[in-house]
Amino acid sequence: MAYDYTPYPYVPPKGLTQAEPRHPVAIVGAGPIGLAMAIDLAQRGVPSVVLDDNNVVSVGSRAICWAKRTLEIFDRLGVGERMLAKGVTWKIGRQFHGNQEVYAFDLLPEDGHKYPAFINLQQYYVEEYLIDRARDFPGLIDLRFKNRVVDHADRGDHTVLNIETPDGPYTLEADWMIACDGAGSPTRNRMGLSFEGQTFQEQFLIADIEMKDSPFGDAAVPERWFWFDPPFHNGKSALLHMQPDNIYRIDLQLDVDADAKLEASEDKVIPRIRAIVGDKPFRLDWVSVYKFRCIKLDRFVHGRVIFVGDSAHVVSPFGARGGNGGIQDVDNLGWKLAAVIAGHANADLIGTYHDERSHGSAENILNSSRATNFMTPKTPIEALFRAEALRLAHDQPFARRILNSGRLSMPCSLEGFALQTPGAAQVPPGSPLIDAPLAGDHGETWLLREVQGDFTLVGFGDVALPDVPDFRCIGVGQRAADYPCFTATHGHATRRYGSDIAYLFRPDGHVAAAFRHPSAEDVARAVARAMGKTPEAA
Amino acid sequence: MTIYPDRLSPRQDDVYNALMDAHEGLSEAESHALNARLILLMANQIGDLGVLRDLLTTARGYSHD
Repeated sequence: MAYDYTPYPYVPPKGLTQAEPRHPVAIVGAGPIGLAMAIDLAQRGVPSVVLDDNNVVSVGSRAICWAKRTLEIFDRLGVGERMLAKGVTWKIGRQFHGNQEVYAFDLLPEDGHKYPAFINLQQYYVEEYLIDRARDFPGLIDLRFKNRVVDHADRGDHTVLNIETPDGPYTLEADWMIACDGAGSPTRNRMGLSFEGQTFQEQFLIADIEMKDSPFGDAAVPERWFWFDPPFHNGKSALLHMQPDNIYRIDLQLDVDADAKLEASEDKVIPRIRAIVGDKPFRLDWVSVYKFRCIKLDRFVHGRVIFVGDSAHVVSPFGARGGNGGIQDVDNLGWKLAAVIAGHANADLIGTYHDERSHGSAENILNSSRATNFMTPKTPIEALFRAEALRLAHDQPFARRILNSGRLSMPCSLEGFALQTPGAAQVPPGSPLIDAPLAGDHGETWLLREVQGDFTLVGFGDVALPDVPDFRCIGVGQRAADYPCFTATHGHATRRYGSDIAYLFRPDGHVAAAFRHPSAEDVARAVARAMGKTPEAA
Repeated sequence: MTIYPDRLSPRQDDVYNALMDAHEGLSEAESHALNARLILLMANQIGDLGVLRDLLTTARGYSHD
């Protein structure tokens, strides 16, 4: 059944009739990134107004692959479990060359993680769940549909936004403006910021079809099929994978000079789908023909305006690094902005959002560009290398790993950036959190549940934690102490982190520091550093 | 034919892209010449005739149908 796009109500905003008090945060765009941003801030007690020019969730499935780290962040934001329950967890991936299967791989996750490597879930469900979740914070999240931001000005210590509604225009002031207005960001364009980078000439067709009979044969075993040079689509690439509600995503590479409008027409699309799924009945749900670019802004922070998600960086879709990268932006910015607004940190901390996420975004661009280049060889020599890599991949494990139809989105390490205290550890400072199952006085839980959201000092095994007042400390695999202690279920946690070491986690789960013999002073110094305070000031 | 252990992972994408970059801007004939020089250099680096013969047999063993 097709998704029911119920419009969200437009409510005439107060600003139409009287001046509104200045808002701490205005978020432009109620897509997954803007909504996640509002929820993250609300969970930290920071109110925001979210402005969207539309009043329905994403039309078309669009972003459908949500990576483990993203799901862990969504867990903290209160929608992860709902996404996991509805989403399709991949099981088996198959790579084809022509009509031959080169190899298959099992995506069964490693034991001892709450979330799998990836799920598929249409963007409209993610937005629906985020809107539902945002409604849990009526006093903190002011969601305004059909409120189009048409202009803004940065006044040094605040911003002024001009907004149009069905009932006319109004203005609104906000201390911080967060642009979550997507790849075509009107905010970015208005500011005249250069957004140049590699543009790929290849065009791709996305078609979502609803089919009762799985094209994989068994709907209970979700697979992901990728073809290099398929028999039904000579010389190009093709991808088929499964979404909830018996929806299947087909992604086909087109000719460089293909007519986008013609290619999106049913007359062209239906025969292409028939060539893949045969005579089984299906319903066409959504079609899009696209080109893409790999670009990021030079600076993600411009005075009081902060760019988050696609407005700051765009990538090719191979490797699912668009939506996933944007959610990691939110995770990085949320606690920093909340700390600055609360006066616990200096505004310089916002600058580290740019440093860390620009690095993450560069990594995403590199990986997705490489996947695109592998899928679309530019010269006869590139095509030759690829053809022979495919030939070797039937037997040679090294060649299988060279095949690149998109590297799974992995969180980047922030090792070496200013907020982390350098040190040697099994999980080095800067690394993202690695989840593990725990058991405590209140039953079974996960490390991500106990750690994410606030600075947390975790002692693993034989290490004594100092007494740090008003600070969240937990023990794993330790004897009873005056802080909550958990056992490491099946030893996963201590195997992953060590058994005589303490880690300081940032609110976004990245390791800020590791200690063999932590003193209260060491911990305080590392926390101050992670809050952007220079050693002199700490 | 020998199945060789993977020695490129996890830097396989860096390695593959370094190869592609080396061919950037060359004509097809120049690329084949580059490949020949590269194979000779690699043979010298391997420096073991037995290993080299095994690699040649394996490479030759993949059919072109």
